[in-house]
Amino acid sequence: MTQPLEIRKKQYKKLVDEIKPRPPLVRNTVGAFIFGGLIALIGQFLLNFFQGQGLSVNDAGAATSSTLVFLAALFTGLGIYDEIAKYGGAGTIVPINGFANSMVSPAMEYRTEGFVLGVGARLFTIAGPVLVFGILSAWLVALLYHFFR
Amino acid sequence: MIFLKAFVIGGLFCVVAQLLIDLTTHKVTPAHILVGYVVGGVVLSAFGLYQPLIDWAGAGATVPITGFGHLLAQGAIQGVEQKGILGAFSGGVAAVATGISAAVIFGYLAAIFFKPKG
Repeated sequence: MTQPLEIRKKQYKKLVDEIKPRPPLVRNTVGAFIFGGLIALIGQFLLNFFQGQGLSVNDAGAATSSTLVFLAALFTGLGIYDEIAKYGGAGTIVPINGFANSMVSPAMEYRTEGFVLGVGARLFTIAGPVLVFGILSAWLVALLYHFFR
Repeated sequence: MIFLKAFVIGGLFCVVAQLLIDLTTHKVTPAHILVGYVVGGVVLSAFGLYQPLIDWAGAGATVPITGFGHLLAQGAIQGVEQKGILGAFSGGVAAVATGISAAVIFGYLAAIFFKPKG
């Protein structure tokens, strides 16, 4: 005996919900939170360490950024960064080391085009736009500050 | 406590970026995220909203690329205070000089020392 259509529809929907893979959205978001958080946590440890060495707040911040940038360049070169990025998603893009990764990846890939137009130019495939818009907007803010403060 | 705050705020910055990538119909690439976040950091900093976040969450606010925008903006503003309009040109880049140089130097060296996989 067949059940009424509405019930079968409900059962079918339930079955589909059970079978279909969980939306990657949840996994991606959790991954981004954990990896982004962990990198910030490492940054905080570095910041405390450098301040403990007697560096000023600004210098300790610069040293922290440089260390994270160094690690990102190294891990990208070793091919480890891409593996981490599979799980970390935006958690590996947004921190300052994501900026370094965005420089090394294309530069490595285009090495065959030479050290000048290959590596040298491709370092700025993504970093270039970031610097353009960053410098432009900061300049604009400073200009407004100059005239309207 | 500062470690927990750094973790949570650092994580949340990335969650927002992940949602922008996954939920918007536009094709949002990492390049768009980085550009958007730097400009976002500049704007938040200009309204005086970013420094309080750094005071509260430490590296949770300085490690995300928005912190780079904050440094650019504050550098440019301080430049104006010290040198007038010329400072608007010099202050920003001067404030982020260490980070940019580190990225260029380490980036270039890594790119020539290592061979891409595959």
